[in-house]
Amino acid sequence: MSTFLVKLREQPWLWAFVGTIAMWLATSLVTGAQGSGQVLSAAFSFATFFVIVAIGQMFVITLGPGNVDLSIPACMTLAGTVAMKLMAGSDGMILVGLLAAIGCGFAVGIFNFALIRLLSIPPIIATLSASFLIQSSAIAYNRGLRVKPPAALAEFTTTRIGGIPVLAIAVMLLAIVMHIVLTRTVYGRSVLAIGQNSKAAFLAGIRVERIRFATYVLSAVFAATCGYFLAGFSGGAALNMGEEYLLASIAVVVIGGSSVAGGYSNVPGLWGAALFLFLMVTMLNTFGASAGLRLIMTGLIIIVVITLAGGRKR
Amino acid sequence: MNRLITPRMLRSALPALSFTFLLAAIFYIQPRAMSYFGLNLMLNLGVPIALATLAQMMVITVNDLDLGIGAFVGVVACIGVTWLKETPLLGVAALLGCIAIYAALGALIHLRNLPSIVVTLGMSFVWLGFAVLILPTPGGSVPDWLRAFMTLKTPYLPFAVILSILIALLVHWGLMRTAYGTIARGAGGNPRSMEQAGWSGLRIKMTMYAMAGFFGVLAGLALIGLTTSADANIALRYTLLSIAGVILGGGEFVGGRISPIGAVIGALTLTLAGSFLTFLRISPDWQIGAQGAILILVLALRALINQAERKK
Repeated sequence: MSTFLVKLREQPWLWAFVGTIAMWLATSLVTGAQGSGQVLSAAFSFATFFVIVAIGQMFVITLGPGNVDLSIPACMTLAGTVAMKLMAGSDGMILVGLLAAIGCGFAVGIFNFALIRLLSIPPIIATLSASFLIQSSAIAYNRGLRVKPPAALAEFTTTRIGGIPVLAIAVMLLAIVMHIVLTRTVYGRSVLAIGQNSKAAFLAGIRVERIRFATYVLSAVFAATCGYFLAGFSGGAALNMGEEYLLASIAVVVIGGSSVAGGYSNVPGLWGAALFLFLMVTMLNTFGASAGLRLIMTGLIIIVVITLAGGRKR
Repeated sequence: MNRLITPRMLRSALPALSFTFLLAAIFYIQPRAMSYFGLNLMLNLGVPIALATLAQMMVITVNDLDLGIGAFVGVVACIGVTWLKETPLLGVAALLGCIAIYAALGALIHLRNLPSIVVTLGMSFVWLGFAVLILPTPGGSVPDWLRAFMTLKTPYLPFAVILSILIALLVHWGLMRTAYGTIARGAGGNPRSMEQAGWSGLRIKMTMYAMAGFFGVLAGLALIGLTTSADANIALRYTLLSIAGVILGGGEFVGGRISPIGAVIGALTLTLAGSFLTFLRISPDWQIGAQGAILILVLALRALINQAERKK
């Protein structure tokens, strides 16, 4: 038992879950038993979307310093609008829409990596310039119209089993798969190795550029998938639907206990951090904090977490 | 190969060349833009963007990145249209406080060796929160002196142009010509060797962050001098624009390799992109797309120049 506890304390994702439980209990004090169940259920539906994009962002950040995907919001918006417009509210087109969204993700990921390689520029700049173009394409394609999602898709994204959204269960399974991919497959181990020392990884025979390519495509595809389901969940694609996900995706990765410098990452922490962020906002809400105060607290908590986590490993 | 045209020279001329090219294209399409009034209209809003870009450049000099500068300019704008107008003393104190917070951020990032991206990202929430608290609904009004200053009518050249040139030269002098500027850039190049040489890394980082805060404040004030009102989200897009401006101007991400004059030109180039589309009768939907395209184009040219350099 004690070895189990010792091992548990060493897990980098522990604090995100401790924080989550603390926030939930604090909220429950105000809302009571009935309300706290509803709060948790809502937390799962919103955290799901954070987790999808954060998984992709985490793989990119794991690649090492300078690797961040800033095109996530634009990619979400483009995928969401293209899919919604293509489906035009028809249930029969749901699969086609999903494929179109994933196709957008592939295109964005390939474009991002092409910029990184061909122009030999830092990924931050590449994904930033790409995001300008992608966002513009989405604006021009959509012209501000909000196309309703097919009824079946909207229903799927809001269905709950025993209070837990079906989508959340699916993303939990996805998280388990990605956890195995990160820790047990050649690809995942290569990503970690590149993040720890890309030169050593190269000398060890890892095809660094191929792995980086796959990772940027992975991130974009996850962002696109998230855009698709988020558009279904929130009644259509909006041009600013991805806005908060840029900061949130990085914040979730960091709070989840992954190293921002790359090389050390974990998937469980993403769920902990996503739930934590949502529950914190909910708690501040139930305590009657204004929008401004909620933002300030969110920012301060991100800084406090990184300050505490930063001292842990160097 | 002609010895006068070296890759190095080409690379440093690239920002000015791309700006001139874009301006020439605009004049070709719409000759009437080639006037005092036309230039003023096109470049007016470039001044706050240029100032925000310089703020970003200060942080990039020491190998960091500021993802909160847009929100920061927003909070300055909100302070400017409320406290600075009604209770100037409180307004000035608040703005000084903002700069002090920036210096403190530099200290925190240096002492705990934190990733600047995450800290400034967190701060962007904090700034936005403050902005919402100070000015919950869009509005407010600008101090008269500020409005008068930003709409100054200068002879021959529009004020926006004169101001941009002055700012660029001043920062160029400060960072490229003074001893401390060299030290700051050196800290970006190799922080460890600068510390070995006896310079305080902490002091350098705090100074550069405070400078970033200072130019962020100027950007916010310049912005409301032109718009006459503010809202919390007024400058959020400045974060990405300012990074793009620094890179467009020939700055590099690491190693303290920056160019203040280039950064101002880069910011003005991004500002012109909007006007260019208008004159081409292309829908404003593509404005940010055009900015991205210019950025990619210039980076591609730079990659070509670098390649030519390596071949030699």
